[in-house]
Amino acid sequence: MAGHAVKHDYHLVDPSPWPFVGSVGAFLLAVGAVGNMKGLVGADHPLAWAYGDGSWGGLLIGFAVILYTMFGWWGDVIKESRRGDHTPVVDLHLRYGMIMFIASEVMFFVAWFWVFFEYALFPEVRLDPALATFPPAGVETFDPWHIPLMNTLILLLSGTTVTWAHHALQHGDRRGATLGLIFTVVLGVCFTALQVYEYSEAHFAFSMADGGNLYGSAFFMATGFHGAHVVIGTIFLAVCLLRLLAGQFTPEKHFGLEAAAWYWHFVDVVWLFLFAFVYVTFG
Amino acid sequence: MSADAATHDDHTPSMWDWRRWVLSTNHKDIGTMYLVFAIFAGIIGGALSGMMRLELMEPGLQFFTGDETFWGSVFGNEHNYNVATTMHGLIMIFFMVMPAMIGGFGNWFVPLMIGAPDMAFPRMNNISFWLLPASFVLALMSMFVPGAGGDMGFGGGWVLYPPLATSGHNGPAMDLLILSLHIAGISSILGAINFITTIFNMRAPGMTLHKMPLFVWSVLVTVFLLLLSMPVLAGALTMLLTDRNFGTAFFDPAGGGDPVMYQHLFWFFGHPEVYILILPGFGIISHIVSTFSKKPVFGYLGMAYAMVAIGFIGFIVWAHHMYTVGMPVDLKAYFIAATMVIAVPTGIKIFSWIATMWGGSIEFRTPMMWAIGFIFLFTVGGVTGVVLANAGVDQSLHDTYYVVAHFHYVLSLGAVFAIFAGWYYWFEKIFGVKYNSILARLQFLFFFVGANVIFFPQHFLGLQGMPRRYVDYPDGFAFWNEISTYGYFIMLVGMVLFFLVLIDAMIRRRKADANPWGEGATTLEWTLSSPPPFHQFNELPKIK
Repeated sequence: MAGHAVKHDYHLVDPSPWPFVGSVGAFLLAVGAVGNMKGLVGADHPLAWAYGDGSWGGLLIGFAVILYTMFGWWGDVIKESRRGDHTPVVDLHLRYGMIMFIASEVMFFVAWFWVFFEYALFPEVRLDPALATFPPAGVETFDPWHIPLMNTLILLLSGTTVTWAHHALQHGDRRGATLGLIFTVVLGVCFTALQVYEYSEAHFAFSMADGGNLYGSAFFMATGFHGAHVVIGTIFLAVCLLRLLAGQFTPEKHFGLEAAAWYWHFVDVVWLFLFAFVYVTFG
Repeated sequence: MSADAATHDDHTPSMWDWRRWVLSTNHKDIGTMYLVFAIFAGIIGGALSGMMRLELMEPGLQFFTGDETFWGSVFGNEHNYNVATTMHGLIMIFFMVMPAMIGGFGNWFVPLMIGAPDMAFPRMNNISFWLLPASFVLALMSMFVPGAGGDMGFGGGWVLYPPLATSGHNGPAMDLLILSLHIAGISSILGAINFITTIFNMRAPGMTLHKMPLFVWSVLVTVFLLLLSMPVLAGALTMLLTDRNFGTAFFDPAGGGDPVMYQHLFWFFGHPEVYILILPGFGIISHIVSTFSKKPVFGYLGMAYAMVAIGFIGFIVWAHHMYTVGMPVDLKAYFIAATMVIAVPTGIKIFSWIATMWGGSIEFRTPMMWAIGFIFLFTVGGVTGVVLANAGVDQSLHDTYYVVAHFHYVLSLGAVFAIFAGWYYWFEKIFGVKYNSILARLQFLFFFVGANVIFFPQHFLGLQGMPRRYVDYPDGFAFWNEISTYGYFIMLVGMVLFFLVLIDAMIRRRKADANPWGEGATTLEWTLSSPPPFHQFNELPKIK
């Protein structure tokens, strides 16, 4: 078909270094993590700073490469979008992609809820009688109607402010959109801060080394992964705020913001399940 | 039309230009890299199985002796035998079958068959590939760092059950393996997102879902299984990681945890995973049977929705892998019933392939021989699967060589035969050169005989009670084990023939036809040159 002009609206992406660089980053991060946790070289090895037991060097290198990839890759996506590569059909690709990504995230949380429900609903099969109730004897759980309720209200409110920002943008009200996004990011930060505070007040341990048991494991990993997603969502929204201020969003075309909002609502819904079951029903 | 797309001209970069591969955003180049990667991983995975078959040729310890002899220093000790079984399984699943089927053939032919210029996310496509070598190197590294005590590598089986995967292997080998699978999982999830978007969004004008080629249907179902099952494995692996390193009690009864919980999470992923391995093969076989019978596939819609049904039911049968953990009888009854139901859509597929051939003007070209071999062998594996679905029978067959024989009939003889069928069906399209079909048929012959000689006796061993994953066995099992190892040597000849076919084709470079198969080959890839242009379908085809 040499010489034929391209007669479709798909985006044939230019060759890109980021997939390869990102994969190298993932590899370095994994090796660094194992070095940190178990030590891949002895304490007197020249690479002990990176891959010795308890070292952080290898982890940080891998993380830096991944961060660099994220900046480079998504920076390219933004450039391509502004160049006009994101035709309506490509825009639809991105929407499908984001929905599928969120679907896979939902399944990730299924694993954590599954474990939690297994332990919460069938405590009588535990071998140790002290652990044969749920929550196990001696575990003093959080009162759901204090900080967790506060956090629920914060996240629900942030869901409305992000919708406010979206609708304001659609109506060409940039000031409203900016304000709405600022509120959302601030509420996200508040949630994380309250969650950190709550963790510091916990009367049950995460690790068995500190006298913890399955309750602490299931509680901290489920809420912890949610918290990590809140942080990621907050960063996503903050980037959208910067892009909004830079004038990159138009009332018609602002899928970055919509994707961030979808992600934020997903994080919100996960929290509602955590609140309803981990804090209220089995708290 | 975007300004950028217009700057893509049609000249194909040199294949010696490293940037063409490392920086690739071209679905065909990425598909080729996947195929090369799968061959490479297959050699390593196959070598590991050779080590096992050599050891099991006779009772007693011959090779995994762990002493100062030559074999002892190369093979290691009994622990390393378990490492070999573990890594053979993981490598063949994650680094051979999946990359070949989904990454290789999926990348090459899903866009071609639906009339699309490329995948929906060409750049993300490349990270799906490049994460695999990263993951593979981590897995290989794990074999050479301490696993249990002073022994190298993880030897707890590909299922990674605790407590062997937690307190049983305290060294970094298992942590490397966990992170290796995390990365392979990310690769799969990104690939799944890419395929779903491509198939839903980039079909040529007029190609409705109900006109879509069956291979595309099979990949669509497969990637949905990947998208929904891989994250659950990620969760289970993360729990293993935190149990090992951060003191959580998910699978540790001392803290109230439950090792059986891991098995539920694992098999919720693991059972869809076995359909992930075989479904693309179903798609490939449908095309080949139809092409060489010169008839459309019998019951096209039934074939498509049978795969959807297999995919759906595949999510609700997982505990049939765990009949012996002590689950309630009612629960077993449910899982037996649900498992047996899968035989219905699978039967639809088998009978529809036979009905496709029925009355057709059949040509026994190379891919057709592999496809018929597939249908026969997969059926054998399916029938033993129905046997194993019975919890009562499984009570005595669980973890015996009967199970090993069963899943190798559906995978080593099912999925792998489907891969070779696809390889010889699309070889000319991919590489643009013809292959020597006599050598290729000879390879089929050696594979068919060899694989059957390896695995059919393992049914007998299993029924006699020989357990899996042991380096040694009582003398009573010696005869069929020796036969089984002879089968490996036969298959090895087939493997050598495979490389001879490849080398011969690459040296002689006989220019391939656009469509070597004639009127039976009706899908869109045969309307393009062999190999297709670097960017095909600049003007989208219209489907009537």
